[in-house]
Amino acid sequence: VMMMKMNEDLRRERAAATFQPELLTHILDGGAERTRRRKEIEALVINDPDFQHEDLNFLSRSQRYEQAIRKSSLMVMKLREYGIADPEEIYWFKSFVHRGRPEPLDLHLGMFLPTLLTQATPEQQDRFFMPAWNLEIIGTYAQTEMGHGTHLRGLETTATYDPATQEFILNSPTVTSIKWWPGGLGKTSNHAIVLAQLYTQGQCKGLHAFIVPIRQLGTHEPLPGITVGDIGPKFGYDEMDNGYLKMENFRIPRENMLMKYAQVEPDGTYVKPLSDKLTYGTMVFIRSLIVGDSARSLSRACTIAIRYSAVRHQSELKPGEPEPQILDYQTQQYKLFPLLATAYAFHFVGAYIKDTYRRISGDINEGDLSELPELHALTAGLKAFTSWTANAGIEECRMACGGHGYSRCSGIPDIYVTFTPSCTYEGENTVMMLQTARFLVKSYTQVSSGQRVTGMVSYLNDLSTQRIQPQHVAARAATVRINDPVSLVEAYKARAARLVEAAAKNLQAELNHRKSKEDAWNRTSVDLVRASEAHCHYVIAKLFTAKLSEISNAAVRAVMTDLCLLYVLYGISKNMGDFLQAGILADAQITQVNQHVKELLAVIRPNAVALVDSFDFHDVHLGSVLGRYDGNVYENMFEWAKKSPLNKTEVHESFHKHLKPMQAKL
Amino acid sequence: SVNPDLANERQTASFSVEKLTVWLDGGEERTRIRRAVVEAIESDPVFSRENQYFQTQNERYEAAVRKAVHLQKKMHEMGWTENGPEFKYIYRALSGDVAFLLHRIFMRSISVLGSDKQIAKWIPLAAQYQLIGSYAQTELGHGTYLQGLETTAVFDITTQEFILNTPKISAVKWWPGDMGRSATHTVVFAQLYVHGKCYGMHPFIVQIRSLQDHSLCPGIIAGDIGPKMNFEHIDNGYLMLQNVRVPRENMLNGFCEVQPDGTYIRRGSQQINYFTMTTVRISLISDEVVIPLMKACTIAIRYSVVRRQSKLKPGEEEAKILDYQTQQDKLLPQLAAAYAFHFINDYLQELLDRGYREIQRKNFDTLPELHAFSSGFKAMVTQYCTSAVEICLRACGGHGYSLLSGLPSLYTKILASCIYEGENTILLLQTARFLIKCFTAASTGQPVPPSVTYLAVGEAGKCPAKNKLDFLCPDIYTKAYQHMAVRLISSTAAKLQDLIQSGVKKYDAWNQCTVQLAQAAKAHCHYITVKNFAATVEKLQTKAGIQKIMKHLCDLFALHGIFSNAGVFLHDGYISGAQMDMVTASYLDLLAVIRKDAVPLVDAFDFTDKTLNSALGSYDGQVYQRLYEWAQKSPTNKQISPAYEKYLKPLLHNMLSKL
Repeated sequence: VMMMKMNEDLRRERAAATFQPELLTHILDGGAERTRRRKEIEALVINDPDFQHEDLNFLSRSQRYEQAIRKSSLMVMKLREYGIADPEEIYWFKSFVHRGRPEPLDLHLGMFLPTLLTQATPEQQDRFFMPAWNLEIIGTYAQTEMGHGTHLRGLETTATYDPATQEFILNSPTVTSIKWWPGGLGKTSNHAIVLAQLYTQGQCKGLHAFIVPIRQLGTHEPLPGITVGDIGPKFGYDEMDNGYLKMENFRIPRENMLMKYAQVEPDGTYVKPLSDKLTYGTMVFIRSLIVGDSARSLSRACTIAIRYSAVRHQSELKPGEPEPQILDYQTQQYKLFPLLATAYAFHFVGAYIKDTYRRISGDINEGDLSELPELHALTAGLKAFTSWTANAGIEECRMACGGHGYSRCSGIPDIYVTFTPSCTYEGENTVMMLQTARFLVKSYTQVSSGQRVTGMVSYLNDLSTQRIQPQHVAARAATVRINDPVSLVEAYKARAARLVEAAAKNLQAELNHRKSKEDAWNRTSVDLVRASEAHCHYVIAKLFTAKLSEISNAAVRAVMTDLCLLYVLYGISKNMGDFLQAGILADAQITQVNQHVKELLAVIRPNAVALVDSFDFHDVHLGSVLGRYDGNVYENMFEWAKKSPLNKTEVHESFHKHLKPMQAKL
Repeated sequence: SVNPDLANERQTASFSVEKLTVWLDGGEERTRIRRAVVEAIESDPVFSRENQYFQTQNERYEAAVRKAVHLQKKMHEMGWTENGPEFKYIYRALSGDVAFLLHRIFMRSISVLGSDKQIAKWIPLAAQYQLIGSYAQTELGHGTYLQGLETTAVFDITTQEFILNTPKISAVKWWPGDMGRSATHTVVFAQLYVHGKCYGMHPFIVQIRSLQDHSLCPGIIAGDIGPKMNFEHIDNGYLMLQNVRVPRENMLNGFCEVQPDGTYIRRGSQQINYFTMTTVRISLISDEVVIPLMKACTIAIRYSVVRRQSKLKPGEEEAKILDYQTQQDKLLPQLAAAYAFHFINDYLQELLDRGYREIQRKNFDTLPELHAFSSGFKAMVTQYCTSAVEICLRACGGHGYSLLSGLPSLYTKILASCIYEGENTILLLQTARFLIKCFTAASTGQPVPPSVTYLAVGEAGKCPAKNKLDFLCPDIYTKAYQHMAVRLISSTAAKLQDLIQSGVKKYDAWNQCTVQLAQAAKAHCHYITVKNFAATVEKLQTKAGIQKIMKHLCDLFALHGIFSNAGVFLHDGYISGAQMDMVTASYLDLLAVIRKDAVPLVDAFDFTDKTLNSALGSYDGQVYQRLYEWAQKSPTNKQISPAYEKYLKPLLHNMLSKL
């Protein structure tokens, strides 16, 4: 490989930065030692010839699946060879191997094995865990059905207990009950944990989990009674064999129901589980991963768009001068810098949830679950808020790269299609927002009835003492200082309080109109989602602001303070209606906010490239010609295009098949 | 059989779907012709899109070429001509999945920019497909800003030829459709040099592939630019020129000419060029933007009455997801927008026709207005509809993510429209430049085009609405939009003025105001869209059956815009906080009203199942059955994957020994 010189524009950008990007990288990683270890693992993967392959953009779906399976098998072996066992380190290794894409063993490693650990009896663990650990058994987790997603109680798959043979009979009674979407189900897995409605002694006992063998060990052929396959092409996830599964009178032994909690005895007697609060923990954990993923995906897109905007020149700003870098245009800064600030904000939120979860899960083992409901409610909303924002932000970054952003070589289309399903999986976002809203309304009701609430919702306590009065604007508005993040967080707090109160009151009004509880809730749900969004936005602004005081290096703190201020002010600018309507800010202050946002763009401009360098994505991981660290964009686009499948032959076969005959005829 | 949930929706329609369809088409005759064209295309297996979602880039390209070739035959058979009433429906019936679209641009550029002699030479060859043309403008390093292009054409007086070169990597032609594999000729835009002097951008006809064996001509390096988000059927290409010589006659010289001795002559006005761009921008709104949104709405809304999820009331069956207020809030405003932009397209077509008549009379006065409107609306409509299609996609949950839903391809296709034919931000700023100019003229009492006379109206005052029903009065909300547009334009003009007076250089002042300027341009287009929708509804008085539902949609479009941009309406107090609560209440009420007619409103778009090509959106609503059947066609299910033998089997059997 020919070594290329760094693009002159990028070199200049980096030289002009006011801080050292490595210091910021350490903060993002959680310490210099973590950064060192991450890079060590990164090097293990990137320098390993086994993990190298052709650009995936040029491969068909089947070929991409094949590559992924090849790498996954190697990955499992090498992880064990290197003795990497820490979950975060495994995560790093995996994302370098698969370059941030999903892979067919995701569900085996991420759901099948953990579910065995948490829900299987010791006897079941003996039977299944080691074979699964050694990949004789490859499993997936089959929950969603064609007609049913987020609403679990609606699942239709049945498992009927037959005491005569001591077996469960599994059935997919309707088309809508066919299991649909589970990753690794289509082609890879030979077992699945299937969620089904349990029937015993003629009664339905609700959803339970069963270990179901689906393919013959040895031949990998589907077992009799099992219909299994790939669900076909998707927007992204090309390397994942998302699958379907249809079962017809398929029998499994009684011992294949996961029975650590609920049990069915040989005679069919059903033994109820104890508390189901524990399952909250897993959900909180997975949602915290999605928040982190929102941050990372948006960071990758920002890295690409900002580096490219420093390399790309277009039009003229000053008559007679050479074409400027497009990053010098205010409109381009306005598209990208708020997203850059958002990416940082989400990093800190992700870290906060992870830390809080660790702290609380310590408590879980000691039996103190008091904080869990709030964390559960909060993470639902934050999962939705961050994934929606990142989803839109990635697209914004792609658009900011103009035509070249549309090419697969930009890497952003892949980031987008890989990320966008997180708005749906692990709880559809609107449903998540409404879960948070339910908690907020409950807290509001508690406050109204004289109780005090704690945690992130404690601002609701103030509502009982100082009623929010939109008419009395001036006094309150005067107290907001638009250069002070802490004061602005108070404004976000007031907005959240106002919207929670408004939604709760509208809900009450619907109930007063003799609407049923469910109807009233539905007729208020647009308000409720807005309230949740405002609450999440407040939490994020608060966490970002709080982070500033923890940064010891003055230069880094200065640039992060600018970014934080931009994040907070931009959010106000975009939602100014809420702040105006509640009288939190006056007209003149909004004008100042808008103006200040634009001033901050110019302040951040010199550090923009250093701020994305701090995310520290290796070129291989970034997978983008536009976002290369060295900025040699055009040369490499040309090299990339030459490898396109359409370029395999100089004259395409369609010339002989179609063009030539037509020209002869006309 | 039709899914009963979907069938029920149709029984309660408040209007005649057929009458609405006919009205949208512009009369019964057009509906008849459209259906006949669609029928003829869809019954021909060559045009089938059945396997589209399973094809590789190579297969898509080949199919598109085959269809383009077959289309010539078909048109001949059916007696369709390029000037006939059927023509505009052909592309719609093909869903654009056909090659040689740039061939038409090639022909048009010769017709517009060439001399009579050039037209006589090239057009018959192109019409007979004796050559296949493309149009090479953008370069790797240069897009919307044409003056920045770097390709050179140097006149060699001794041989009477132009020598074309790609002097550096950023000058490689990049993106032109049909150029990667198909084209034999292309119109190359290059900087013209004569006797060492640069005369700026000029178009040259360059042959790039042999007419015998299709191999590349000497000095030409060309190929496909690789995979994209969509348009796999189009061979967007690159082109490098190394001392490629073309005769002097190959420079398109309708407006300028290099004479044999090297004398450069310019004749006539090049303003007509702008008119071409304007036409293209307006023509893409219907086919490339509004129709895809209509399709996305059809798919998402039909699916939302078939899909059931959770229970609204205990004991009842799970509710249709369209019965959730949050789902209505996602989809129904997009449906209203599809109608709003269908009507704005009519408005723009009329503006264009009027402009064209003036131009034919050598009156170019309407050009600036036309140019500003086409730029602004291209930007506003493409951006709005792109995010609308994405909302539809995400509103279909997991299944929306499957290619078989049809939504991912609609989305990846429509979003390209935000970039081609002018990047949206740049276009909005062009519109803003026009608006600021008109505002300044209007405020000093000078005449302005009729479409912007509203800028002269004072901006003071308050919204007079007293209750939520007042907000269902088009006059009330149209005024609010007008007020908002005037406020944003006038405050930006004032800010620009202030900056310049305080000594900031003009170009710097402009750059410092661009965020506001783009917002002002969008506000203008939003206002015109609302006003035009309201005017369209008013003209429907003779069609009482559909007027009522159109009025609801118009109200919804307008109020949703206020609801979701509350800040700009509240900012100067034109709408008060209490009034904003009324807007919200009225908006939410409307969702429930339009909900009842949602399915008939998408049925009226009259897309056949083959056109939609969606497992979720078919007329009969057999969503799950179709999804299951279509998945079986996936190559991943047909071919035996080599992955099992090569990787899975060793993994499953031999791993233990290695661990």
